[in-house]
Amino acid sequence: MNTMHTTLMKDKLLELFETEQQNIRGNATPMVNRIRKHALTRFKTNGFPTTKKESWRFTDLTPLLNTEFAFDFRNQSKSTDIEKIFTCDVYDLDTYSQTLLNGWLIYKHAPLTKLADGTIVGSLAKAMEVYPDLVDNYLGKAAATDQHEMAALNTAFLQDGLFIFVPDNTKVEKPIQLINIVNAEQPVFLQPRHLVIVGKNASITLVHCDHSLTHNISFTNTVLEVFAEEGAKVEHYKMQNKGRNSALVTHSFFHQKQNSRVSSNIITLNGGFTKNIVEATIDGTNCESEHYGLYLVDSNQHVDNQLNIDHRAPGSTSNQLYKGILDDEAKAVFSGKVLVRRHAQQTQAFQNNKNILLTDEAKANTQPHLEIYADDVKCSHGATVGQLDPDAMFYMRSRGLCERTARQMMMIAFAGEVVQKISIDALRARIQNMVEKRLKGELSICEQCVLHCNSKEPTSFNIDLSKL
Amino acid sequence: MLSIKNLTVSIHGKQIIKGLNLEVKEGEVHAIMGPNGSGKSTLASVIAGREMFDVDEGEITYMDQDIFDMAPETRAREGIFLGFQYPVEIPGVSIANFLRTAINEKRKYLGLEPMTGAEFLKLMEEKKKMVEIHSKLTNRSVNEGFSGGEKKKNEIFQMAMLEPRLAILDETDSGLDIDALKVVANGVNKLRRPDNATIVITHYQRLLDYIVPDFVHVLYDGRIIKSGGKELALELENKGYDWVKKETKTDTVS
Ligand SMILES: Nc1ncnc2c1ncn2[C@@H]1O[C@H](COP(=O)(O)OP(=O)(O)OP(=O)(O)O)[C@@H](O)[C@H]1O
Ligand SMILES: [Mg+2]
Repeated sequence: MNTMHTTLMKDKLLELFETEQQNIRGNATPMVNRIRKHALTRFKTNGFPTTKKESWRFTDLTPLLNTEFAFDFRNQSKSTDIEKIFTCDVYDLDTYSQTLLNGWLIYKHAPLTKLADGTIVGSLAKAMEVYPDLVDNYLGKAAATDQHEMAALNTAFLQDGLFIFVPDNTKVEKPIQLINIVNAEQPVFLQPRHLVIVGKNASITLVHCDHSLTHNISFTNTVLEVFAEEGAKVEHYKMQNKGRNSALVTHSFFHQKQNSRVSSNIITLNGGFTKNIVEATIDGTNCESEHYGLYLVDSNQHVDNQLNIDHRAPGSTSNQLYKGILDDEAKAVFSGKVLVRRHAQQTQAFQNNKNILLTDEAKANTQPHLEIYADDVKCSHGATVGQLDPDAMFYMRSRGLCERTARQMMMIAFAGEVVQKISIDALRARIQNMVEKRLKGELSICEQCVLHCNSKEPTSFNIDLSKL
Repeated sequence: MLSIKNLTVSIHGKQIIKGLNLEVKEGEVHAIMGPNGSGKSTLASVIAGREMFDVDEGEITYMDQDIFDMAPETRAREGIFLGFQYPVEIPGVSIANFLRTAINEKRKYLGLEPMTGAEFLKLMEEKKKMVEIHSKLTNRSVNEGFSGGEKKKNEIFQMAMLEPRLAILDETDSGLDIDALKVVANGVNKLRRPDNATIVITHYQRLLDYIVPDFVHVLYDGRIIKSGGKELALELENKGYDWVKKETKTDTVS
């Protein structure tokens, strides 16, 4: 391990902070700037996470930091006409979509919009000016900068990202789609920050897509904070289809009050380096917290999913199901932590991670961590790393299926268990289709985006898009 | 149709089939009986193409072709069907999707157009009736969560869909209730044609009341030690395998 890269990068960032302070602080609220200052101190002390830390043991950032990255603290993409460089057929669909270009929200009319139902959607930078109290009430409350080095870094430099506020008792009809685009001539380092507040008994579906338009090196360090108030319902889908030169660290922090339901679904179809950190804090009774993930990786891709579920209140249920197929020399890491605190009686917590390795070179590291301090709980965990079932293979071949077809059917079925959890019909059909294409080798190197947004040709998906 | 000569098979260096001979002609039904562990399933697996066994000696020809030149799927497409003693669960793969793929891969191999969705559904309904499957079993994943009897019925259903020329049924009767046994036997009988053949592996004479065999063979310790007509099954039921063993010994002596 070469610690020099990380030290150089750390020093560079600290220096940048000094010189760019005015721009970085921008119009952030005094409270946000206090949080920023604290986070910067954490970053000064802790630096980048190293493989000495348990949760980063199998995922080494150092080689990725050996690049001359450019930073955009002044929103240089402001005047970009997004439709000129990127057209997404999802725009035509019935989603409410928001685009971030190189970390900044791109808008046509206004940076913040109030929808008919009272929901506020738009730029976090603007929200800090217009709704400072709202932002101050929530920002930083879920993203623990003391434990998460990369979240501390993000918080120190936070400027813009997506802001959503759903008022109490409001059901946001259309899914809100966030398209995060990287388009730069040189290597860039981006740190988008998203804040989603879902009021009491309100509900929202969020579709979050990461794309790169160029083959350039990029490093994106994202923090998403989602607050689900009492009885709120949140569905979060995260999709990514990035170039091989991209590195993506994404934190999703969910804070749940009583009777709330959160489901997250992370689909990793392509990307050079991916680390997802999902943290759910269950802070009320009768909550449901469901976390699904699917990763299909090949060549020398690296994907690391880290989940922390913290049961702080009694009578809630959490479930983790992560599945992956690894080809070539791909590497996957799964670490799922469930913490059931002393008072969290009648907790039910389930965890399962299944990996299929298609080659001898592919590697999967899977580690469950259960910490249970309550005595009346129901918890289970399972982890498998294996090949396709040879008995099933022979059974299928003995009925006339060739080996290739049998393999594909088994892999599609394996992935299907996660895809089935997507509750938006059209999105599920699309992902199913993408997964099938991916597993049939049609998209082995997919530099296009997962939703085919950037393709000029009509998509041949056999689904009813009007349903989305 | 099927000709096995001096077949010797081992796994991890342990001999299981020890010089076995068998001739099956078109239109015939053969029953193979024999004590547990005598090699019946091994024989069936080797015919179907299971690669984990080592064939040390001997030959098998099917329709005058050397079977060892053919991959398992080729054998299936050429008309060999194995009804498994322990059908395998395949989570997430629906029976309908599985069978449609199997049928169309076979049709492609035979140079035929793929079956359309409508044709396939019609065929499926027809065969479901034949083996008296009423439930929505076919929408479910292959064998997943099926009861023992349902798994066996599903094997016969698949056989009906694939219309094999040589069907090998490995203890398809085990675990079936008496009604299901009749249904399965009925299915097998309805699928009989002058140009196809069936090998039934069973422990119970009962099945042979319904599927009447032309020949009964006793497989013991990797060899067929006795062959006869259908009455041999009755005799075995009454006297047990010890009787055959003794008889073979006296045979060798005399
Ligand atoms: N994969 C294997 N590895 C090791 N030994 C095996 C394997 N498969 C079969 N055998 C051995 O070969 C012998 C024959 O097994 P086989 O399953 O063919 O018997 P069978 O006649 O079908 O018995 P049953 O009536 O119980 O079904 C047994 O001793 C069995 O343990
Ligand atoms: Mg057997």
